[in-house]
Amino acid sequence: MVKGYAGRGLVSRPPGFTAVDSISFSILPGTTLALVGESGSGKSSVALCVACLERATSGQIWFEGRDVAALGEKELRAVRPSLQLVFQDPANSLNPRWTVREIVGEPLLVQGGISRGDRDARTAQMLERVGLDAEYLERRAGELSGGQRQRVAIARALILEPKLLILDEVLSALDCSIQAQIANLLVELQRALGLAYLFITHDLKMAAHLADEIAVMSRGKIVDQGPTEKILQDARNPATQSLLGATLIGRESVDAVRE
Amino acid sequence: MIRFLLRRIAHAAFLLVGVSVLAFLFSTLAPGNYFDDMRLNPQISAERLNALRAEYQVDRPMVMRYARWARALLHGDLGFSFAYNTPVAPLLWTRARNTLLLTGTAMVLVWMLAVPLGVWSAERLGRPADVALSWATGVLLIVPDLALALGLLVLAVRSGWLPTGGMVSVGFEGFSAAHKIEDVASHIVLPVIVLVASALPVLLRHVRAAVAEALEAPFLRAATAHGISRMRLLYRYALPAAAHPLIALFGFSLGTLLSGSLLVEVVMSWPGLGPFLLEAILARDLYVVIGGVLLSTLFLVAGNFVADLLLYWADPRIRAEGTGR
Repeated sequence: MVKGYAGRGLVSRPPGFTAVDSISFSILPGTTLALVGESGSGKSSVALCVACLERATSGQIWFEGRDVAALGEKELRAVRPSLQLVFQDPANSLNPRWTVREIVGEPLLVQGGISRGDRDARTAQMLERVGLDAEYLERRAGELSGGQRQRVAIARALILEPKLLILDEVLSALDCSIQAQIANLLVELQRALGLAYLFITHDLKMAAHLADEIAVMSRGKIVDQGPTEKILQDARNPATQSLLGATLIGRESVDAVRE
Repeated sequence: MIRFLLRRIAHAAFLLVGVSVLAFLFSTLAPGNYFDDMRLNPQISAERLNALRAEYQVDRPMVMRYARWARALLHGDLGFSFAYNTPVAPLLWTRARNTLLLTGTAMVLVWMLAVPLGVWSAERLGRPADVALSWATGVLLIVPDLALALGLLVLAVRSGWLPTGGMVSVGFEGFSAAHKIEDVASHIVLPVIVLVASALPVLLRHVRAAVAEALEAPFLRAATAHGISRMRLLYRYALPAAAHPLIALFGFSLGTLLSGSLLVEVVMSWPGLGPFLLEAILARDLYVVIGGVLLSTLFLVAGNFVADLLLYWADPRIRAEGTGR
């Protein structure tokens, strides 16, 4: 798959910029692929293309036997529920004017054909699933903490019963302790629902914790790809080594302080 | 909510008093008054003039005159016009009604055009259609209203399609009701075009910018991922998210309903408030000027007030602040 940005007058990207260049990967149901790379390496462009929010410039995106990159907008709408996305910053990915009930129930409303009662029941059920009480239903997004917001965002993505969940830096905006909670929640949900995750992050350690397979991106290309253990133990590519180094140095310095 | 309202009303009252004092002060500081020109008129004797001056009390100190005027205002009396020799209020009201007919029509049209066009343009930001529209509004923005008005008048004279000024034809009183409406409608076309052309580019650009910004918001991208339809995304999600600046602008357009069409009214001889006030200023018809200024201010204040109420209604976050949650 290739994603380029043509130089448009009003869009502030360098003209003719190629964000993602000739990459290829696959994810099996119930497994997690982590896409790791430093900022600007093209990870989020991949997320947007796989979620069909932006069109890949060329290439194919196969999902359940169909090339979704080639579907028209109408056909795509039928596929969209299966491909859901959780964004990095829950502060602006939730409509600040709405209550949690409206936010989580909204995908059902958009898809239509579901009564208000059913919608509310499924909303409450989904909130419980992500670890929030029903008392949060009438709160607005602005009244929640970062971790709670991300839980709401996950509930909203899951209510359409997707097959693939694209997690675009979903932990980076959160505190360390909250990161662990949300990561555990994701593992739990994957086991219970058999979801496939495309987990996008710059944090190789977190990727190692969650992923079955890791792909390392650098400057729009996948430079290293394989099962998690193999990538961690046998990091040959300099980009992988530098990402690995960042976490190792972190760990060493923590150890040094302890001693 | 009550506190919010009271604060706004107190604010508005303060503003109105301030404007009335300033209007009074400035028109008093300006040299001369309505009767000074009469001195040069040989047909009016000095005694008659002095009697008039005494009757209208133009020689008393400003504070006393202001106090008298303000007390009368509380009873709905805006004072007396020197030139027309009648109370100001009915005079202003007839003129204001004509102005409101003109500006109200223009405002409805402007908003009906600006919102869909702005949304349409924001959706295809940077693509040829949007760029073309930006150029078109840019050109409209550059052409001065006066030039446009004069150009349209020339066109109307040459073609004879439309009347070239005024609000009604000769013999209007004798027309049937349907004919009356038709007659006013044909007169209103040209000034409305000028007003729409001058207001549309600015408003359209604001709608476009606000909606384009809202469309970038991740929660709208999330809605796209949920499979939302295009129209629903644009009008039920993006437009409300972009509503803040637009509501403020709506309040402003309400506020300028009385004062925004002065130039057009003068050029196209629309019998509205504009030419009337201009005449009154030149003749130093003090109470007419102050009444007009006050009425315009009242509209501005009321426009802002309506905008505040709309914001309050449209944004639950402001509502939550208001109830002290």
